[in-house]
Amino acid sequence: MKLGNRIAGERSLLPAEKVHRPTTALIATMTFVMLLVAAAGLTLTNAAGVVTKGVHNRFVIELPAGISADLPKVVATVRSQSGVLSATPVPEAEMRSTLQRWLGDAAAAQDLPVPALVTVELRTGSQPGSLEAQIRREFPGATVIAETAELSPLLGSLHALQWLALLLVVLVAFATSAAVVLASRGALDTHRSTIEIMHGIGATDRQVTRLFERKIATDALIGALAGSLAAATGLLLVASIGAAFATELTGGAPLRKGDILLLAVAPIVEVILAILVARWAILKALRETL
Amino acid sequence: MAAGGFYFLTGPSGAGKTSLLRLLYLAQRPTRGRIRLFDEELSEAPRETLPGFRRRIGVVFQDFRLIRHLSAFDNVALPLRIAGREETEIETSVREMLDWVGLADRSSARPATLSGGEQQRVAIARAVIGRPELLVADEPTGNVDAEMASRLLRLFEALNGLGTTVVVATHDINLIASQPRAELMRLDGGTMIDPTGAFRNPPFPRPVGP
Repeated sequence: MKLGNRIAGERSLLPAEKVHRPTTALIATMTFVMLLVAAAGLTLTNAAGVVTKGVHNRFVIELPAGISADLPKVVATVRSQSGVLSATPVPEAEMRSTLQRWLGDAAAAQDLPVPALVTVELRTGSQPGSLEAQIRREFPGATVIAETAELSPLLGSLHALQWLALLLVVLVAFATSAAVVLASRGALDTHRSTIEIMHGIGATDRQVTRLFERKIATDALIGALAGSLAAATGLLLVASIGAAFATELTGGAPLRKGDILLLAVAPIVEVILAILVARWAILKALRETL
Repeated sequence: MAAGGFYFLTGPSGAGKTSLLRLLYLAQRPTRGRIRLFDEELSEAPRETLPGFRRRIGVVFQDFRLIRHLSAFDNVALPLRIAGREETEIETSVREMLDWVGLADRSSARPATLSGGEQQRVAIARAVIGRPELLVADEPTGNVDAEMASRLLRLFEALNGLGTTVVVATHDINLIASQPRAELMRLDGGTMIDPTGAFRNPPFPRPVGP
């Protein structure tokens, strides 16, 4: 039997209803929320990556006011180490200018103990241990601070938000599955007499399931499409308003090509998930009958 | 029952005729006893094997059980579609069958627009179109006039002549009387009474048809 004929024949077995609106609306809403949350999560991932990359090999050597006169020697020592890309002393004027935000004019007072700072950048893969040991040995009182340590609370928050976004996407997928199970059971109840007749005539569970799968797939596809369009519109709107900020935060476009591909694939995965869940729910319900 | 036999099942309301038929067409499993059909023990047969057996059985339900959103044509075509027959073959077979039951001009009508008798004829056409090995009919002439009842009986006889075992549950004395060669089974209070001796002396396949 030709596939087209078979499908046309089977399609007529359930009434040609309009799209099942509650299921479609629910899936559209879930898709919308899922895509926004996923986009936010991906943006946070990118931002965290940029921040981490920016400070990954960067360190600050702090010389207390008492030994700040050793600054040139410290810089020379650091530059002589292998694996050091750059060692840049922070000008005292810049330090005082920074302090002025909190201390006002008092920041310019000569008797104010201002520490001297050297920013150091290491080559990727270089270990800061030997540099740290040498600085401490030669300049007691000096401390070497990794910039990642300074930013760890921020990075921790970003990672927590990423996991939260992932959890929300999983919860939305779970809620969509639950909605599909309810829709499948509702459809089975509505068409129970048709199913009984089909079973009585010799239809297999797979034949019956295929009818409902097709309906659920249509509802899910329309819902996912509508939700995706709404989410895309929302994301474009947000991007147009906060493009400059987002670019600064993430060091480029907030969503990379791979991210956009992932977001485009998500609704398709959702539809496939809906079909599989519907198949499982219907087969399970049918197995409870003879 | 002998394969190829023709049986009438009768008895008062509530005697268990419909229950017995449901067991026969595999709509329910027995809580006690055994069902042996097509030389297979089916009382505890796995679910997934039942559709194959059901396709060998034609059923005329007392309440017709037509699918209300399908036309008469599509209702009759249902067993063939489920069996995966070619659409061209389905078209020819269904047209012939509808013509035979006198509904050629009503093929596109939905069940709700058909009279009780017409619905019953659609149900019978659906039951026999797949040339079942066993035909089970529950009060098949309850809603048709005498002439149509006679035609339906001839159809059953013709099928029986081709080897189909026919079991008809009926209260219709005239229908039973019109087929004196058929075996008669009477159910009363859940007990089978065997007035024609079909069980005491199981007949060899004994079609009543030509």
